[in-house]
Amino acid sequence: MLWACILLPQLALDGVMRQRDDAAQPLALVSGPTQRRVLQAVNPAARALGLRPGQSLTAAGLLNKDFATAEYEPDQIEHWQQFLAAWAYRFSSQVSLHYPRVLLLEVQSTLGLFGPWPAFEARLRAELTELGFSHRITLAPNPVAARMLANAYDGLAVDDEAALLGTLRRLPIDRLGLPEENALALKRMGLRQLGQVLGLPRAQLARRFPATVLNHLDTLLGQRRLALEFFNPPDFFDQRIELNFDVESHQALLFPLRRLISDLAAYLAGRDAGVQRFTLHLQHAVGEDTLVKVGLLGAERDAGMLFELARGRFEQLQVPRPVQVVRLVAEDLPTFVPSRQELFDQRPQQSQPWEQLRERLRARLGDEALQEVRAHADHRPECAWRLDRPLNGGLLDLAPRRPGWLLPAPQPLVESGLRILAGPERIESGWWDGGDVRRDYYRVQTAAGRQAWAYQTVGEGSELVLQGWF
Amino acid sequence: MMGAVVSLDGLLDQRRIWRGRQQAPPLGVQPTGHALLDAALPSGGWPPAALSEILLANDGSGELQLLWPSLARLTQAGERVVLVGAPFIPYPQAWLAAGVDMARLAVVQAQGSEGLWAAEQCLRSGSCGAVLCWPQGADDRALRRLQVAAETGETLGFALRPLQAAVNPSPAALRLTLEGNPPQLRVLKCRGGLAPTAPVALGSWS
Repeated sequence: MLWACILLPQLALDGVMRQRDDAAQPLALVSGPTQRRVLQAVNPAARALGLRPGQSLTAAGLLNKDFATAEYEPDQIEHWQQFLAAWAYRFSSQVSLHYPRVLLLEVQSTLGLFGPWPAFEARLRAELTELGFSHRITLAPNPVAARMLANAYDGLAVDDEAALLGTLRRLPIDRLGLPEENALALKRMGLRQLGQVLGLPRAQLARRFPATVLNHLDTLLGQRRLALEFFNPPDFFDQRIELNFDVESHQALLFPLRRLISDLAAYLAGRDAGVQRFTLHLQHAVGEDTLVKVGLLGAERDAGMLFELARGRFEQLQVPRPVQVVRLVAEDLPTFVPSRQELFDQRPQQSQPWEQLRERLRARLGDEALQEVRAHADHRPECAWRLDRPLNGGLLDLAPRRPGWLLPAPQPLVESGLRILAGPERIESGWWDGGDVRRDYYRVQTAAGRQAWAYQTVGEGSELVLQGWF
Repeated sequence: MMGAVVSLDGLLDQRRIWRGRQQAPPLGVQPTGHALLDAALPSGGWPPAALSEILLANDGSGELQLLWPSLARLTQAGERVVLVGAPFIPYPQAWLAAGVDMARLAVVQAQGSEGLWAAEQCLRSGSCGAVLCWPQGADDRALRRLQVAAETGETLGFALRPLQAAVNPSPAALRLTLEGNPPQLRVLKCRGGLAPTAPVALGSWS
């Protein structure tokens, strides 16, 4: 087996940074009681100002005032780790969160699909960068070795046991993941690298150090197996972004929306699912959430398309009160079926599938704007068509000539010089459903040469009522 | 100046001479279904991947009789046809009788600028065989957008407009006026050739 280790060195900071649209702004995460606030993490811009983790907020404030702060929240780390595990689930069915801020992936079984490893690794890096997480990636034949190599290397791939032993032998003692006191004891014995430790008699090591040290070294060398618990992806997607100020226009909501939707797309790809309906909750300081429901006719998972659809719905929205939190909930996640495409399609390469076009139109113009006209077996012209319903079972009578255009509602025919071309044709129907009609239809030609379809209601005078144009 | 020798190549390089028939040959023939009209048009049918403008005195003056054969051919070939902002409801029985597959016909209800947007999207997407639109108050700019979208998506675009628009110039590749009594077509402009001066009889459709 081959294990990839993805180490996420600044998960908390990345989680906060990716929700802000200005990456260049100095930012520090702080924690601790109000009297003694301590910087936990700083971004590169803040580091350039001289801020360091471990400084107190007061000391940092003396150095520079122009930096933003955010609360350091340990449960956010957990959240982002879960999210990234869901993302990684796409690449391997065995994803473990055994170590904090680390994803372990068994990749040997999926190397055939995503491999070879350099291409696979490049893809992982590209996607993580796209998602906004800094990372270090290593590959080793066992999970513990992969994790410990990530302490010292980035991008190192060791794929057989012999090479692993050679690499591990050169690994410094303090990068081995041993408890601090044991590592210190080994260093005081004059040992610098793992190779020197392995040169010692095993019995001596067992006598001088607790059993955990030998156990750890054995798992590191692959002589003992580490029992890992694997990640199970959640059944639905629910994620929120807290805005650090009140937002009153939908324009300012587009950035968090884009983030949420690209996260949704990453999650969907991991589950090999699509989304058919999702809801955007806009939470306000007071009052009920504003809900924006986005519904699609088919399951989709393309981030760009989902974003554009959601934006279409947003543009029609009047934000009633300032928004503080945007939350995306998707519970209906049907299996994603890629649309079928012809191999020898004559259409241009950049063409957009009809399904996407249909969703675009519905998003901008409203759900009712796009319809299909279906024939319905009824003699009354008003009842002879239906919008977006499947063909009714009855047989259609195509024999008499009908006009191509039907007026939405009949109206009096006010034209002069009419000439009757055909008729009358009696249509008498609908006595059973209250829409009783008794009409004599004529095809008449106007002076301008248009052909109209007009009727006289039987027993109600002689004026012609226009119902369609040929 | 009389004796100055002007090199033809130089003039061509400076683009001071317009060369006829400089565009690429048509992609594929899109017959209109009317033999006389096909014969009169330089492309042997509708200009493919371009906007055609049909100018009418009134809606319902026979535009369906003109277009139905093409729409029937496209829908039967599995292509989608979209009507954007149609003034009336298509009567399915009549469209079916004309051979149009109603399952391949989509109706978009959008007026004004929304209608233009929808028509442009449909043309540009390349997933439709033909797009019929009824632009109201569309200016030269809007029509040019539609024309470019039709070229991008390689889709047949039809703009049905009132007869009054005939006096204004238009970027459409083909401009026709449809006269009702007797039914005949006049070609105002056709790209790739001279417009025939004589009206084209549409044939009897009564």
